Amino acid sequence: MVGVVIVSHSQKVAEGIREMALQMSAPEQKIIAAGGMVDGGIGTDAFQVSEAIIAANTGDGVAIMVDLGSAVLSTETAFEFLDEELRANVQIADAPILEGAISAVVEASLGSALAAVIATAEGARALSKM
Amino acid sequence: MSGDLYEVISAVGETIIGNRQMLTDLDAAIGDGDHGINMARGFEAVKAKLQILETESDIGKVLKTVGMTLISSVGGAAGPLYGTAFLRAAAPSQGKAELDVETVGLMLEAAIAGIKERGKATTGEKTMLDALVPAYEAFQDGAKKGKSVIECLELACEAAQKGVEYTKTIIATKGRASYLGERSRGHQDPGATSSYIMLKAVLKHLRR
Repeated sequence: MVGVVIVSHSQKVAEGIREMALQMSAPEQKIIAAGGMVDGGIGTDAFQVSEAIIAANTGDGVAIMVDLGSAVLSTETAFEFLDEELRANVQIADAPILEGAISAVVEASLGSALAAVIATAEGARALSKM
Repeated sequence: MSGDLYEVISAVGETIIGNRQMLTDLDAAIGDGDHGINMARGFEAVKAKLQILETESDIGKVLKTVGMTLISSVGGAAGPLYGTAFLRAAAPSQGKAELDVETVGLMLEAAIAGIKERGKATTGEKTMLDALVPAYEAFQDGAKKGKSVIECLELACEAAQKGVEYTKTIIATKGRASYLGERSRGHQDPGATSSYIMLKAVLKHLRR
């Protein structure tokens, strides 16, 4: 099953989104939060992200949800720390972090491949609330 | 680590930590106001790691440690950007205990390529590249004329300073400052400024 990693500048945001996404998940599904700095401060940490990706991977790849600016930079930096096989099997979704995470988790729980999980997450951009 | 390198990196760290408020103020004007805080946090972490490396003579290894430390401790976009720059600069200097003009040129080139790749950025976008790219070009001009590392760095610093001035005249298209669009004009870029003051710290130290 495709794993999902949530990268936010805030540990609370990442954990909170993970909690919401877990409600929609399959029992064995890996959803890992990588939020904030090790000292609890606001920011993103590429090493924490690479560890989260490794933890989220069960062999089917990992979809990554990001918040602002440097979350993307840190995640792309994290890719450099992965082995080649895993690096070829990870992707950042260009999607709103919360809606994207929930969409990705639902799609992944159906056993879909990484490309489909990413496409569904990115589809969340078009979700209309009103 | 050779005493010299240890001191150069310490001097860069002290400059960043000493200019924490100035960098934060610049960033507060057009960004999220954390550049000085983040960079100072990064170089405080570097300072702690440097102690462990005191006996390391391989410049590449030391720069790699600096890069890794910045990546894991800065927190903002500057972490992966400067971190990648130091990691890339580590490659040409790997296994070396001394640096010549050619190697420093290669290190600057690799660092800039890393920043461009990581930030998907180029010059004229109000970023650190507006200081670093002219600095690199000036350095290489000096190198071609057979100047010493210090003389080349003098040229590089002058060019970087002009680059910082140039960032006042353009609008940001990268990072948080790009949300401001036209309102970012008139302000100097914090990233270009931190790049310039780091180069200046290296030069100031080597001149002693």
